[in-house]
Amino acid sequence: MKVKDLLEHGFEALSLPDGDREIDGAYIGDLLSWVMGRAQMDNAWITIMTNVNVIAVASLADTSCVILAEGVDMSDELVSTAEAKDVNILRSNDPTYETAIKLSGLIA
Amino acid sequence: MSDALVFHFDVDGDNFTSAGQASTQVKRNLRQLGLPPAIIRRVSIAMYEGEINMVIHADGGTADVMVTEEYIEIILKDQGPGIANVEQAMQEGFSTATDSIRSLGFGAGMGLPNMKRYTDSMEINTVLGVGTTITMRVNLA
Repeated sequence: MKVKDLLEHGFEALSLPDGDREIDGAYIGDLLSWVMGRAQMDNAWITIMTNVNVIAVASLADTSCVILAEGVDMSDELVSTAEAKDVNILRSNDPTYETAIKLSGLIA
Repeated sequence: MSDALVFHFDVDGDNFTSAGQASTQVKRNLRQLGLPPAIIRRVSIAMYEGEINMVIHADGGTADVMVTEEYIEIILKDQGPGIANVEQAMQEGFSTATDSIRSLGFGAGMGLPNMKRYTDSMEINTVLGVGTTITMRVNLA
């Protein structure tokens, strides 16, 4: 499944510079070094963290997209940074667990 | 053998917002060189963890990256407090980072272990009160 296809299933796009990217699996975490150590390339990364380091980690760890769970907010400035760095950021209003279950059903 | 490519960066000590600039630039440079994405990812993450460590613990430092036909070498140098117990620092979960660092999502005690995980060799030279130099290599051949 492509990142942009999630938009048809209740996920909202905050930044979508590379919507055609394929999602391969997922990783959930808010501690950035755990994400860098454990997430795989092309994973969707589900988190509730929204600081600037999230964008750097998503870019360097080469995840297919960041999915912000719990409907958390990301500032316009950070969204612009994400667009500039080619990082896809989506948002789900569901809690992390429900977001993961929904994603699992879609990418399985 | 052709000449090695060398990149030099100064890592700003008190700026978490710009932390990652050097590794992001290296990622871009390696991509332009046409290196495999998996290699770029390993180098980028190892270097970013090192950069973050220098910001958290050492008030910044320098990063030098050398690309040869055989390997990519990253040398991170700081004039920070040094690492009191390297063996302990290498254990997953051990961290001396403050709560404010942790609230940013860092300080999980995974930085040095990740640097080792993603590189083929890693050497730590540290002197208390003088500084730390870390040399990492990712093999290309």
